[in-house]
Amino acid sequence: MSDTTLRTPTQPIEIRFRGGGFVPQSRRWVGMVVFIFIVLFIQWGTQSGLISPLTLPQPADIMTTFVELWQSNLLFAHLAPSLSRLVVGALFGASVGIAVGIMIGLFSYVREGLVPLVAAIFPIPKIALLPLFVIWFGIGEGSKYALIAFGTFTPTVVATYGAVDNVDRSLIRMGQSFGLSWFSIVRKIVLPGAMPGILSGLRISLAIAIILLVAAEMLGAEYGIGAYILEAGSLYDLERLFAGVVILSLLGLLTSGIIGFTERRLLGWRV
Amino acid sequence: MDIRLDGISHFYGATEVLRDVTQDIPSGKIVCLVGPSGCGKSTLLRFIGGLERPSKGRVLQLGIPPSDCLNPLTFVFQDFSLLPWRSVRGNVSLVLEDHGIRGKKAQTIINDVLRRTKLSDFSRALPKQLSGGMKQRVAIARALAVNPAVMLLDEPFSALDSQTCELLMDDLITLWTRQPFTAVYVTHNLTEAVRLGHRIIVLSRRPGMIHEIKEIDRPLSERSYADPELETIRKELWELMREEARAADEELQHV
Ligand SMILES: Nc1ncnc2c1ncn2[C@@H]1O[C@H](COP(=O)(O)OP(=O)(O)OP(=O)(O)O)[C@@H](O)[C@H]1O
Ligand SMILES: [Mg+2]
Repeated sequence: MSDTTLRTPTQPIEIRFRGGGFVPQSRRWVGMVVFIFIVLFIQWGTQSGLISPLTLPQPADIMTTFVELWQSNLLFAHLAPSLSRLVVGALFGASVGIAVGIMIGLFSYVREGLVPLVAAIFPIPKIALLPLFVIWFGIGEGSKYALIAFGTFTPTVVATYGAVDNVDRSLIRMGQSFGLSWFSIVRKIVLPGAMPGILSGLRISLAIAIILLVAAEMLGAEYGIGAYILEAGSLYDLERLFAGVVILSLLGLLTSGIIGFTERRLLGWRV
Repeated sequence: MDIRLDGISHFYGATEVLRDVTQDIPSGKIVCLVGPSGCGKSTLLRFIGGLERPSKGRVLQLGIPPSDCLNPLTFVFQDFSLLPWRSVRGNVSLVLEDHGIRGKKAQTIINDVLRRTKLSDFSRALPKQLSGGMKQRVAIARALAVNPAVMLLDEPFSALDSQTCELLMDDLITLWTRQPFTAVYVTHNLTEAVRLGHRIIVLSRRPGMIHEIKEIDRPLSERSYADPELETIRKELWELMREEARAADEELQHV
């Protein structure tokens, strides 16, 4: 009986939907849910003794440390210099990186001259050069700016010239066929066309900038998130160490949010 | 302004693409260029538009373009080539900005060409919001905005369905009847060629040489869809091309 109904269905069956997907959609609450779930799990684990207090501090304790830091105004004493180092260093590194990347993308001589150089300095751990920067730029802010700038520069260059290379050549031909000047073609066709690649490169560069910020502050800084983390680490004060780490993560979220916002503003034209 | 192709030959590496093409393109006429795939039609069009140089021979301009003509040789590309980050209006404005036409004067031109291509309601839309036919209309509007002396169309409608293609051809004929322009129209489609062409040039398979030239005297506005006379010419052209196309196809298989 059931056999025959399978072969000759009397009821119309709706076609199974198999499209959709592969398009990022806004589901911001998911990130929040994952985060809260992990924190609650660790809280439960540390409280019940499943995770020993030596392995991980209790999230609630980290929170208390964080609030204390806030109330004592020390949070801003640490955050302000860190933010200014990050902004100055990353802004400088990224803007020079974008400029050099565009030059590499546009001029064959610059490309032949600089691409090997960039490839050679990319893999150098910039932290290893910190002593050198201290000698060049002094123990003060200069060496910290330089380290962050240098670290953001290389990934930005690579992302930018890749993005320029990927600009649709037929659009450039179109510009030429309408008699647009070289400068117009660069400004109105190459730059906007390279923007998606440049922005996704910046996501990586800015994360690297935050990593280097901590490295820079581990040397000769009284205030700064890095100094704070280093001090807590040397005392094995896990609560404060984690409070510092949380601040770094928030910084990462903030920069990624800024890039995301810029992408939504500038790249609404993408299909 | 006439265009003269003077003994054009071209090689890509060792491949001979065009051989000794000599032809005059009279002003105010539409010249259709047909021929088997890979015979060098697009290449020839790029030479005429100054985007590439032939290995031998020259493309000459006879006479000077009218003074109100901003970009004498103007392309309409098969893939539309619209800037995806600019609106319809912005895409048209792009080609005016470089000629120092801005503000009110630009607005007048843009509104006029968008009206002529029936796009007035979409002036703020982005290319991603348009259908293929509308995108090609934008590309035509953009070409009209610079007042070309010669329009170079490379299979402009081949990415579109046949109904849209019919409508756009009608539009093109209307535009031409109102104000005759010179055009070189590359196509695979012989129906399009007999519909639009005052002169049809048949190229042989690669290396492309002029195989046959066919003049059609009947005015564009009097050519209807299933005209028996045009149908005869179309069949005649197809007979000419059939052998070439088959041979070209076989050559491709052996590569
Ligand atoms: N940039 C290039 N480099 C090398 N060979 C090329 C280049 N452009 C075209 N060719 C070759 O030149 C020949 C003619 O190409 P072209 O695009 O002009 O043909 P076509 O007549 O427009 O063909 P279709 O009708 O398929 O568009 C082809 O065999 C192609 O392989
Ligand atoms: Mg072609």
